[in-house]
Amino acid sequence: MADNILVMEHITKEFPGVKALDNVNLEVQRGEIHALIGENGAGKSTLMNVLSGQYPYGSYTGTVTYEGEECHFKKLSDSEVKGIVIIHQELALIPLLSIGENMFLGNEIKTKTGAIDWDKTYSEAERHMKQVGLNESAQTLIKDIGTGKQQLVEIAKAFSKDVKLLILDEPTSSLNDEDAKMLLDLLMEFKKNGLTSIIITHKLNEIIYCADRVTILRDGSTIETLEKGVDDLSEDRIIKGMVGREMDDRYPAREHKVSKDVMLEVKNWTVHHPLYQEKIVDDNISFKVQKGEVVGFSGLQGAGRTELMMSIFGKSYGTHIVGELYLRGEKTELKNPEAAIRHGIAYVTEDRKNNGLILDKSIRFNTTLARLSKVCSHGIIDVDLELHEAEKMKDEMGTKTPSVEQKIGNLSGGNQQKALLGKWMFAEPDILILDEPTRGIDVGAKYDIYCLINEMVSNGKAVIMISSEMPELLGMCDRIYVMSEGKLAGELTAEEATQEKIMSCIMKTSK
Amino acid sequence: MNSKVKDFIMKYTMVIALVVVFVLFCGLTGGRLLYAQNMSNLMLQNGYVLVLACGMLLCILTGGNIDLSVGSVVCLVGGLAAMLLNNFGLNPILTILACMILGLLVGCWQGYWIGYVHIPPFITTLAGMFVFRGFGRLVLDNKTVAIKEKGFLNIFTSYVQIPGLDDVKSYSAIIVGALIAVYVIFSTAKSRANKTKKGYRQNSAASDYGKSVVIAALILWYSTLLSQYKGIPVMLIWVVVICLIYNFITSKTAFGRYFYAVGGNENATRLSGIDTNKIYFVAYANMGLLAGLAGLLCAARVGSVNGNTGTSFEMDAIGSCFIGGASAYGGSGTVGGVVIGALLLGIINMGMSIMGIGDSWQYVVKGGVLLVAVIFDVISTRKSGK
Repeated sequence: MADNILVMEHITKEFPGVKALDNVNLEVQRGEIHALIGENGAGKSTLMNVLSGQYPYGSYTGTVTYEGEECHFKKLSDSEVKGIVIIHQELALIPLLSIGENMFLGNEIKTKTGAIDWDKTYSEAERHMKQVGLNESAQTLIKDIGTGKQQLVEIAKAFSKDVKLLILDEPTSSLNDEDAKMLLDLLMEFKKNGLTSIIITHKLNEIIYCADRVTILRDGSTIETLEKGVDDLSEDRIIKGMVGREMDDRYPAREHKVSKDVMLEVKNWTVHHPLYQEKIVDDNISFKVQKGEVVGFSGLQGAGRTELMMSIFGKSYGTHIVGELYLRGEKTELKNPEAAIRHGIAYVTEDRKNNGLILDKSIRFNTTLARLSKVCSHGIIDVDLELHEAEKMKDEMGTKTPSVEQKIGNLSGGNQQKALLGKWMFAEPDILILDEPTRGIDVGAKYDIYCLINEMVSNGKAVIMISSEMPELLGMCDRIYVMSEGKLAGELTAEEATQEKIMSCIMKTSK
Repeated sequence: MNSKVKDFIMKYTMVIALVVVFVLFCGLTGGRLLYAQNMSNLMLQNGYVLVLACGMLLCILTGGNIDLSVGSVVCLVGGLAAMLLNNFGLNPILTILACMILGLLVGCWQGYWIGYVHIPPFITTLAGMFVFRGFGRLVLDNKTVAIKEKGFLNIFTSYVQIPGLDDVKSYSAIIVGALIAVYVIFSTAKSRANKTKKGYRQNSAASDYGKSVVIAALILWYSTLLSQYKGIPVMLIWVVVICLIYNFITSKTAFGRYFYAVGGNENATRLSGIDTNKIYFVAYANMGLLAGLAGLLCAARVGSVNGNTGTSFEMDAIGSCFIGGASAYGGSGTVGGVVIGALLLGIINMGMSIMGIGDSWQYVVKGGVLLVAVIFDVISTRKSGK
C-alpha cells in the first residue's frame, strides 16, 4: 500500500452554469513531487482551491482525506494549520514591506504585551530564508528584489508555517530558465528532507525534470496519472493526455516568404531607466525586420527586450531615448503610442492584466479600443457596427466565449490572450510586436496562436516575437536576435540557431 | 421565467428603488408630493445637483476620483455674477459668458495639476475647495448680495409662456410632452428597422417597445403635471439639455468611451494610443465649466448669493453618482443612473420637507440611502461576477 499523504475522491465542484470539476480523483504520496497538468480551464486551480479551503467545505461534493483523516476546511487558515500551503501564480507579497514583515504577515510574532517582536521576527525570517538559499537581509523591501527571489520568499514563508504539503501554482511562469531550474532543484532538495509538493505548470520539460508522478486533468476530469519509471513520461505522451490527441507538430509549418522590403529598422537605439535615469537599459541596439518575417528576441529576464520594444512603441518606456527609427525606409519619430499605432505598429504586451486588457469591460469594448475610429463616424460610435466587428474578430481569433458582451476578465488565460491579439489585429498593424505571446497558456491555445502568427506573416505583415521559451523561438522564427544585459549579443538565422548557440551567445557577453 | 425576473430586477434595481421610494413618500405625505407644484419644483430644486453630477460622473469614471471644490466654485461664480450684474450693470448674456469662462478656467487650473503633474485629485480639489471658497467670499465682500436684474433671472427661472396658447392653461407643456413621447416611440422603431436592415442582432420587440412606451407615458404624465402649474420651467430645459448632451457623450462618442477605459485600466488605455493625461485634464476642466453653470442656476433660483452658497453641493453630486450605480473604483456608471440617483435624493428631501421633518433627519436618511445603495451595488456585482 502506498503511503498517501493526500487522497481527494470524487470531487465535483459547480459554478453557476459550469461544472468546473467532475468527479476528480487525486492521490499524492508522501515525499513525492506530484505534477498537476492540464489545459487552461481544465480545473487545476479549482481543485487546489478545494483542497486549501478557499472553496469551503460544503460548496463541493466528494471527500478530501489528508494524513488519514477526512478534512472539512472552511477557510484557508484551516488548511494552513495542518501544514498545507499554497503559493499562487500571482505572488501575494506587499512591495513596500520588508521580506520579514511579509513572511509573518497575519502571523506576527508578538511579545507578551502584544507588540511585534521585531528581533525575533527578523532572526526567524533569516533562518527560513537560509533554508531556501536566499541570501538577503530580512529587512530588504520586497520591491528591491527580483521575481525569482520573491518566489523564494514565498517558499520561505511556507516554511515558517511549518509546511508539510507545498502547492505551487505555476511557480516558474515569470522566471527565466536559470531561476526556474534553481527553484526546481530546490524542490528536489526539499524532497530529500521529506517535503511533499504539488506543482502546477505548463512547462513539460520541468515536469519531466522533477516530477515523480503526473496527474493529467482535462475538462474538469482526471484523465490519468503517470509514474516515472513505470509509464512513458515524455513530452509527447503528456501532451497526448492533455489534449486527447497526438500533436505531431507543436509548431505549425508555414511557407517562408520573406520579402526584401525592410519594414522596421532601428539603429543605435539606447534607452535609460525611467526612474534611475543614469542606468542604461538598452545599449546601442540595431536590428531590422523584413516583410513576411518572424523575428525572435531571446534572452534572460531583465535583458531589456520588453523595454526595447516598449520604447520603440511610442516611447512608452524609459527616458533619454536616443537612436534612429526607420519605418518602411523612412526615418520616423514616434512620440507616443498613438503615433505608433497610426504608423501601423502594434505592441501586444506580456502583461495582459496590467497593460493589455480592461478586465472589467466586455470583449467588444476591448476589441475596438486601440482603433475606435474604425467604428466611428465624426467621433460617434456605431455600437451596432462595433458589435458586428467584435464578433467577426472573435471568430477569426477563435476566442471561446458565449458572447462578445462577456466580461473579458471572465475568460480563461488562453482566451484572454486570443482576445488581446484580436484587439491589436483590429488596429490593422503591419508590424506586430508580440511580447511573450504564449506565456501561461495551454498547449492547444499556443498552437492556435502560432497558426495566427503564421497567418499574419503570410498576409505580408512583419512579426517581432519576444519569448523566454527557446523551443518556441526555434520553432517559429526566421531569424533570432539574442539579447543579454541590455546589449545585442548575437543574431542567428533559423538554420543555424540551436538552444546551445543561443545560450552561448548569452554567456559570452555576461561575465 | 424565474431567472428572467431576477435579471430584470438586477438590471433595473435603481429604477425599482426610485419607484418604491416615490410611492412610499406619496403615501407618507398623503399624496401631497404629487401636487403639480411640488412635482414641478422637484426638478428645479435639484437642477444644480443634476448639472454638477453630470460633470462629477466624468471625474468618477476616470477611477473613482471626485472633485471636492465644486461647491466653492458655485459660490465664486455666483458671487461674480451678482457683482457683474449689480456693480457693473453688465448685460446678462455677457455675465453668463464671463461666469462660464471663469468656471472653465478654474477647471483647467485643477485639471492641469491632476492630468499633467499627477497631483492626486482629492488633494488638488481639497485645496481648490478652500481657495475658491475664500475667493468667493472676497468677491462678495462677506455680504449677502441679492440679484434683481430681471433679464438674468428670466433666462433661468421663468416659465415657457406662449401668448394665445398658454393663457388659460399651459397647453404648450402638453404639446411638447406629446411630441417627445411620439419621438421616443418613433426612434425605437427606427433603430430596430436599421438593425434589421444591416442584419445585426436585435433585442426582443417586447422589451424594446415596452421600455419606450413606459418612458413615453412618464413624459406625458409629467408634462400634464407641468401644464397644471405654470408650464415648462426654463431651468428644466437647461437641465434636460445638459443631461442629454452628457448622456450622448458618455454612451455614444469615442471620446466618452475613453473615460471608461481610463477608469478600467489606465496603463492598457495609454498603450492603446489614448492620451490618458488629456482625459484627466478634460474631466476636471469640464467639471469646472459645469460648476460655473450650476453657480448661475443656483444664484438665479435663490435670487441671492452669500459666502455659504454652494456649501456641500459637491456631496450631493457625488452621492447622486454613487447612488446611481457609478463604481467607486471608476470605469462604470451612466448619466441615466446619475439622474435616478439625484431624483432619489431629491424625492427624499422633498418628501421629508413636506412631512415637516427637519434637516437633521434628512441628513441621516440621505447618508443611510447612500450607504445602502453602494452596499447593494457591491454585493450584487460580487454575486454576478463570480
